[in-house]
Amino acid sequence: MARVEAEVGKPKGGFMQWIDDRFPFSETMRYHVTEYYASKNFNIWYVFGVLAFVVLVIQLLTGIFLTMNYKPSAAEAFASVEYIMRDVEWGWLIRYMHSTGASFFFIIVYLHMFRAMLYGSYKKPRELIWLIGMLIFLVLMAEAFAGYLLPWGQMSYWGAQVIISLFGAIPGIGEALVEIIRGDYSISDITLNRFFALHVILLPLVLIALIFVHIVALHEVGSNNPDGIEIKEHKGPDGVPLDGVAFHPYHTSKDLVAIIIFLMIFSGVVFFAPEMGGYFLEHANFEPANMTATPEHIAPVWYFTPFYAILRAVPDKLWGFVLFVASVLLPIFLPWLDRARVKSIRYRGWIYKSALGVFVVTFMTLGWLGTQPAESVYVIMARIFSALYFAFFLLMPYYTAIDKTKPVPDRVVYHG
Amino acid sequence: MDKLIVFVRTTLTLSLYLMVTSTYAAGGADIPMDHAEIEPGNISSLQRGARNFMNYCSGCHGARYVRYNTIGADLELSEAQLVENLMFNAEKTFDTIRSSMSSEDARRWYGVSPPDLSLIARSKGADYVYNFLKGFYIEADSPTGVNNLVLAGTSMPHVLWELQGYQRAVFSEHTETAGDGTSVTTRHFEGYEQATPGSMDAEDYDEFVRDTVNFLAYIAEPIRSERRKLGTWVIIYLLVFLIIARMLKKQIWKDVS
Repeated sequence: MARVEAEVGKPKGGFMQWIDDRFPFSETMRYHVTEYYASKNFNIWYVFGVLAFVVLVIQLLTGIFLTMNYKPSAAEAFASVEYIMRDVEWGWLIRYMHSTGASFFFIIVYLHMFRAMLYGSYKKPRELIWLIGMLIFLVLMAEAFAGYLLPWGQMSYWGAQVIISLFGAIPGIGEALVEIIRGDYSISDITLNRFFALHVILLPLVLIALIFVHIVALHEVGSNNPDGIEIKEHKGPDGVPLDGVAFHPYHTSKDLVAIIIFLMIFSGVVFFAPEMGGYFLEHANFEPANMTATPEHIAPVWYFTPFYAILRAVPDKLWGFVLFVASVLLPIFLPWLDRARVKSIRYRGWIYKSALGVFVVTFMTLGWLGTQPAESVYVIMARIFSALYFAFFLLMPYYTAIDKTKPVPDRVVYHG
Repeated sequence: MDKLIVFVRTTLTLSLYLMVTSTYAAGGADIPMDHAEIEPGNISSLQRGARNFMNYCSGCHGARYVRYNTIGADLELSEAQLVENLMFNAEKTFDTIRSSMSSEDARRWYGVSPPDLSLIARSKGADYVYNFLKGFYIEADSPTGVNNLVLAGTSMPHVLWELQGYQRAVFSEHTETAGDGTSVTTRHFEGYEQATPGSMDAEDYDEFVRDTVNFLAYIAEPIRSERRKLGTWVIIYLLVFLIIARMLKKQIWKDVS
């Protein structure tokens, strides 16, 4: 505080001074925006944090307008969504933005997490940022899951039915837990109501709080970079990292370009392919929920399918559930599973590079398998790729320790 | 630039891999599905489809999310045209399309209440409806005298029989004997043959069904053509914005070395 006061001390007078005497506005702006230094050699992988924030804003704004017209009751929910799509002015746009935003949230968050794996962003001193990030990911999954029930279509209903009943596999408390989640003996109006409450109030609040903490933790230690070098170790006489440039205006102007490119892709989906071939809006979800007619083929939305494929690969219900939970939670331990002395993939050996490559293929294949019926060759494939998924994490302490790394330069690589 | 190329190359390789694996899965359904080849921009086809729907479908099926005045505005029909030609079961132009048959009656007569058709082309797909409407064939022991190739055992009678006439489905049977001695007989659909003629020839009936499906696809998402039009402008706007943002970024970064 004392340090900041010395800098802020210059009397400015006027309105800003009046504010700053009562609230640390200028100080906060400097700390987080105009004097937050991040490496100048950020590449395309470093835009997904900002883009995730953009999607969050899209979801919050469109969500508010949807809430104004949506009716959270089993009798009216489906019709109210169609009312939004047809009769509410611009309702179709708001709804498509929200449904497309949900899928893009996951695309971006998966790429954001993959960036951390490419450049070792989870490694010391950023373990806590990673942990908070994983917590955000878990809450986001819950948020998306609760939201998917709300249109009350066939897939909303049966997808929720399948996922909620998974908890029944837990010995002893399973059945009771399922009843507590549903609030009823089957998914009903009561379930819809409480999922609505979770989706529009509790989970967004938690999400925003966690994102705030995520950013505060990031700004405390500073951003990583594609070379995995701590830029704070080389500071100029003014105390500014030599390889760093201020978040504003440098990174903001760069991010603006990324945001516009993202919005173009986003608009491409919203205006030209909002169903995205049945992956963003599943065809069966245009039929109202019917508890007496099970759809032939139930698949969760694409962003859950990698984990769903692992669940189905196991013939036993309880063990399927255990491995399903494990597959979601395992990345939490990455900071401690990864024993490499370097952060960035640029200076890692061939073993980690191949392992990460195999992991990407594994994750995408599992994602695709989760959308397919669990039959014959798919089951075998799901088992093989599930094994590869777990091997990537569980063997990591071993293969990252023996992997030959290259010397890391002192300063970041920047070509201007 | 090199990194960008590596990034693009990796992305392309991965998507190619996914495409290959997913094509492998595409096979499966043994029922032939012809493409409906509807023309969403063809207003006269949509108008004919609306007429077909009101005359042949709306007796039993409603479209409870669709309003007559929306159809009027999108299909370039005046209020008088709406009232005269389409609104058989409605008072006001803002009414939604209700079926003439009560669902109690329907359940008594057919065992089920006919599904609402507002979203049928979205939930099942236009191709499904197209093949369904062309897929009725004679089956003597069914209560309606017909079965359907797309939806076997449907309770729906062949409503369009006057137009299409009745057709027979020709199946070939294949018996395969497995190693353990059990044999499995599979029926393979070979084609239709006309049993009794209708008032339309095959080509006209095809056109009739296609117009109807076009209309069903339209009511499933009335905003479709507008959103595509608007989308083009949004992308053009963003493109201009992108050029400016790119210049701004270059200007700001010019002294970073």
